Amino acid sequence: MTLLDFIYYFVLPVLSISIILIFIRFLIGPKMVDRIIALDLIVTTGIGFISAYSILYNQPTLLDVAMILALIAFLGTIAFTYYIQQKNKP
Amino acid sequence: MTDIIVGVLALFGTLFVFFAAVGMLRMRDTYLRISVTTKAATLGIGLLLVAGAVHSYELAITAKVFVIILFLFLTAPVSAHLIGRTSYFSGVKLWKNSVMDDMEGKYNPETEELGSGLEDEPKNSDLGKTAED
Repeated sequence: MTLLDFIYYFVLPVLSISIILIFIRFLIGPKMVDRIIALDLIVTTGIGFISAYSILYNQPTLLDVAMILALIAFLGTIAFTYYIQQKNKP
Repeated sequence: MTDIIVGVLALFGTLFVFFAAVGMLRMRDTYLRISVTTKAATLGIGLLLVAGAVHSYELAITAKVFVIILFLFLTAPVSAHLIGRTSYFSGVKLWKNSVMDDMEGKYNPETEELGSGLEDEPKNSDLGKTAED
C-alpha cells in the first residue's frame, strides 16, 4: 500500500464522512450559533482536503487556496457574531 | 521513509478531524461544541498541513504551511471567544449537567452591563488605610 493509495482510500473518505457529520449539525443546529460553529469547522476541514489533494497530485501550489480559506473562515465567523450581537440589541 | 512519516502524520490528522466531527454531532451544548471545534480541528488540520510540507520537502512550501498553521492557531481562540461571548449574551443555556457557570449573576441582560462580581467587596486602598490606623 503506497502513500497515494493511503491518501486515496483512507484520508479523503474519512474527511468526507467528517464533513457529512458536521453538515448534519449544520442542518439540525438548534440555535444560530451552532450553525456558525459548524460552518467554521466545515471550512477548516476544507483546508485539510486541500492539503490532502496537494499531496495526492503533488501540487503544493494549492496551499495558497488553503491560506485564503483560513482567512475567509475567520472573517465569516467575526462577521456573523457581530451581526448576531447587533440583532440582540433592543 | 518520507512516505511513512507523511502517512503517519496524515493518519493522525485525519483521525483528529474525524473525532472533532463526531464530537460536533454528539456534544450536548453549544459551549462544549466550541471546545471541540477549537482544540481538535486545529491540531488535526495542523498535522495534515505538516504532512503536506514534509511530502513536498521545499523551503517555500514549508514557510507557507508554517504561516497557515500560525494563522489558524492565532485566530481559533479569538473566534471561539467571540462565539462564546455572543452565545452567552444571546441567552443560550448551558447543558443541565454542566457544573459551573462563571458568568452567573455577573451579566445583566436588560441593561447589558457586565460586572466582575467583586463590586460589593471593600477595595484594596480601603484595606490599606484600616491596616495603617
